[in-house]
Amino acid sequence: MTMKRLFGTSILALLAAAFFTGLVLAQQPVPTPSDDQVNHIAHQLYCPVCENTPLDVCPTEACRQWRDLIRQQLAQGWTEDQIKQYFVQQYGVRVLAEPPQSGLNWLIYILPPLIILAGAFILFRALRTWTRPASASAAVGANESAAQDEYVARLEEELKKRK
Amino acid sequence: MTGTTPNTARRAVPLWAQIIIWVSLLGLLVMVAIELNHSQQGQVARGDRIGNFTMPLFSGFELNGQGQFNLADYHGKVVMVNFWASWCKPCEQEAPDLEQAWQFYQGDGRVVFVGADYVDTEPEARAYLAKFGITFANGPDLGTRVSQLFRIKGVPETYFIDRQGILQYAQIGPFESVDEIKSIIDPLLK
Amino acid sequence: MIAEFGYGVITVAFLVALYSVGAAIYGEQTKSAGWVESARRAMLLLWPLISLSAASLIYLLVTNHFEVSFVYEVTSREMPTYLKITAWWGGQSGSLVFWSWLMAAFASLVTLRKWDRDREFLPWVIVVTSITTAFFLGLVVFYQNPFAFFWQGPDGKLITDAAGNAIKGMLAPVAGASLAIPADGNGLNPLLRHPGMIIHPPMLYLGFVSFVIPYAFAIAALITGRTDDRWIRITRRWTLWAWLFLSCGLVLGSRWAYDVLGWGGFWGWDPVEIAALMPWLTGTAFLHSVMIQEKRGLLKQWNMLLIILTYSLVIFGTFLTRSGVLSSVHAFAQSAIGPVFFAFIGITLVGSVALLIYRWPELRGETEMKSMLSREALFLLNNLLFMSVLVVCFWGVVFPIISQLFTGQTVTVGPPFYQTAVAPLFAALMLLMGVAPLSAWGHSSLKTLGRAIWKSAAAALLLTVLLFFTYTANAIALAGFFLVALVLFVTVQEFWRATFARMRAQAENFFTAFWRLVGRDRRRYGGYIIHISMMLMAIGILGINVFQVQTQGTVPINSSLSLSGYTVKYDSIAQFPGPDGRQVTRAVVSVYQGNAYLGDLYPRIDYYSDQQQSMTIPGQRSTLKDDLYIILVDWQPTSANGATFKIFVNPLVNWLWIGAILFLFGIIIAAWPERDAERVPARTRRLQQTDGKQTSAAD
Repeated sequence: MTMKRLFGTSILALLAAAFFTGLVLAQQPVPTPSDDQVNHIAHQLYCPVCENTPLDVCPTEACRQWRDLIRQQLAQGWTEDQIKQYFVQQYGVRVLAEPPQSGLNWLIYILPPLIILAGAFILFRALRTWTRPASASAAVGANESAAQDEYVARLEEELKKRK
Repeated sequence: MTGTTPNTARRAVPLWAQIIIWVSLLGLLVMVAIELNHSQQGQVARGDRIGNFTMPLFSGFELNGQGQFNLADYHGKVVMVNFWASWCKPCEQEAPDLEQAWQFYQGDGRVVFVGADYVDTEPEARAYLAKFGITFANGPDLGTRVSQLFRIKGVPETYFIDRQGILQYAQIGPFESVDEIKSIIDPLLK
Repeated sequence: MIAEFGYGVITVAFLVALYSVGAAIYGEQTKSAGWVESARRAMLLLWPLISLSAASLIYLLVTNHFEVSFVYEVTSREMPTYLKITAWWGGQSGSLVFWSWLMAAFASLVTLRKWDRDREFLPWVIVVTSITTAFFLGLVVFYQNPFAFFWQGPDGKLITDAAGNAIKGMLAPVAGASLAIPADGNGLNPLLRHPGMIIHPPMLYLGFVSFVIPYAFAIAALITGRTDDRWIRITRRWTLWAWLFLSCGLVLGSRWAYDVLGWGGFWGWDPVEIAALMPWLTGTAFLHSVMIQEKRGLLKQWNMLLIILTYSLVIFGTFLTRSGVLSSVHAFAQSAIGPVFFAFIGITLVGSVALLIYRWPELRGETEMKSMLSREALFLLNNLLFMSVLVVCFWGVVFPIISQLFTGQTVTVGPPFYQTAVAPLFAALMLLMGVAPLSAWGHSSLKTLGRAIWKSAAAALLLTVLLFFTYTANAIALAGFFLVALVLFVTVQEFWRATFARMRAQAENFFTAFWRLVGRDRRRYGGYIIHISMMLMAIGILGINVFQVQTQGTVPINSSLSLSGYTVKYDSIAQFPGPDGRQVTRAVVSVYQGNAYLGDLYPRIDYYSDQQQSMTIPGQRSTLKDDLYIILVDWQPTSANGATFKIFVNPLVNWLWIGAILFLFGIIIAAWPERDAERVPARTRRLQQTDGKQTSAAD
């Protein structure tokens, strides 16, 4: 979803950039990066001093300065990744909207799917246990597993006797 | 099939599940507790030993010709660390006083001033330094490492480390006058 | 005098709450009905007491008693009276009083119900609700006293501690000190002055507080060992109301964010928003899974777990916002209540989980599942999905804490993480919403399901193809629209079929048949209305997430910016003082679509000079097709460049609000008290047969 949106906005940003460069070309020899180009990057960064505010919507003076910085860097031909890298180096990883996929941070991406899968597995097993009595009379496969269970039960009983 | 299905059996929660539940519950609580403790802590307190840190310095604002500030190098001197930012209005109030104080102690040689520019952009920071004619060492607090070390809550905040490397005074908020700064440093020089 | 009175009364309330806990436990231990009754009466006394205290607080707020610290912190002379009243919950200590007050109201309501056949629950319900109330009152009495005064020494200087913070207290901290009376107060945080923000916290608190009641009954059931579904039956409607309030709070919060924060969106995946969403998720799962317990006697353990989880998340969410562990736009300033709150959470969690594990064997289900496609199996799947969303949310909120702890790095977990993780889960939930209403309790097969769904699925597919040619080629949007259409068709078809059956059978006209149909099974049809509303909301969410476009530019007067068919012309700008001490900078822009003039919009910036805080209020033009949302970003009076505007086009987002209104309507239908005697549900009937228990039909 985000990819699509990024794609959409970047196209838009390009169009707008083309529009604006055309507009300001008469006065300025160097094309200034448009607000949209700046916002496109600022949107992916968080304001380093305010709490949980993306840089593109943050109204404070400090944020305006950071947006200007992005604009200057863009004007100097920096790429998106370079700018992000610069921000991380200057202000710490917290400026990124997502933790970088390294070190301990892998946990955040791996753990939820694992837990969800475990949950799905437990649910599936519980459903199997619950549905067994009904399906046992009908399906052969279920019968087999039931028989196996009886076998396990008998085994356990024998084990107990030997103690 | 017999009438006794497994799910009607009165089984307790298996031990392994209980262990998992309690371990994860307590683990969560312990982590939150530590974090809570962390957030409840104020700034570093008077009497705390300040761990060593290094900080790059802006070109033109080096200290003894070095582009990097290393606290350990200044053991035996009184070190003042001032946190500021160009977007911070109260910082502007104290900036001239700080510079004046630096002019006063510069010749002495027993005092070091260093400004840590907290989350700021270099062009704006330079404009700020130029505006107030700051001459003492200044550098960006990259990745907020230094401010995390001091656990600052905002800017401006100023810390005075004595010759043994112990924090002796923390100023939260701006200074009112040069004399105020002097009254903090002078006792440390005795 | 008034402040001392308020503080005194709330202290008494705290003691009364403690007494009711003690009396209830003692009465239960000694089997003395007198003591339990005394505890019950003590609990009834709580609400009037807290009301008195709250009334004194409001009086102080309205009459500018700035020597009282809370009044100073949240009001100022120029604030209108209604804002001074709502400032009650605009700050930490006042909102704790507010919390306790609501909690006491609910506790009173629950004690006033008829207890004839549930006597054994009573003491424990009193214990749980009173402990919770006492906890919040204790916070007020010992840690966050809104009535505390500022003091000045004989020299007329404010008495402060070493760090320069004013010492606040009921009594003079040093001999000879007198009250310090500031000339004016700080004023309420401008962000909290929006109507949406005035109602949003009370709604959330109401939701939070009312979830305490089902929790109290669940714990009572666990302690007494009466673990049949009686507790669920008693609290069913409480849970629905709790859910209603919580949902209301969430919706109002989103609307507030959309109108006031100027992000162009309504949900920022802020930790505190998520903290409010989490109990909603478990609550929603609970609402579904209790139906399985009522209908099939399954999932007793699971339901207990869910309600304990919901309560814990409510407390956890409150803790997160108030302790300073998480910081966000919503968080109250850091305070001393963190550790106490933490201890309370710890005790609650450990206690509840221990109880649950202890009673686990007795909570086993009584019947079996017959088929993987039966409605109960699908409900379980629904629960799994809600829990999965919860896991994602919880982990996202907690992870920064873990990261900070182990690596010393502060990380941000922002929207991209949640969106990627949650979108497929919600899609699966939508699919379930389409299938589950068609499946039968007990038994369904692929064949029966397929027969029921194929028409709707075909129609939805047709619609999707149509949308592909006329509206969008975006695959995610199309998949989303297909699911929305599927659920809508299935649900509407359900209404249709049942209504027609009724028309034929009872010879009623369409409207009577429809009305009576819904009236007969409010929960089911209220639920279906909620499903429909969810789909409308999904349209809005899809719209803003997939199709939102934006542009920003600086234009001189009489020039314009264009975005997806709209042209926005900057006409003029003006600055003038607004009400309650703000400086308003308001731009006038005219909006055109093609060449057609659509009207003027007024994006503005309100600057509150007292708080040095500005608010960006967007100019909005809402239609069912899209919202044009214009923000005045910047304005330099001296430069010739004019003003900077940021323009969003948010397609379909209006459907979210329409859906939200329908949603509330649906819950009200589902939660509305039934006038006629409740029918005996299948479970009870079977119980009557098996254990021969005397259960009367009337409840």
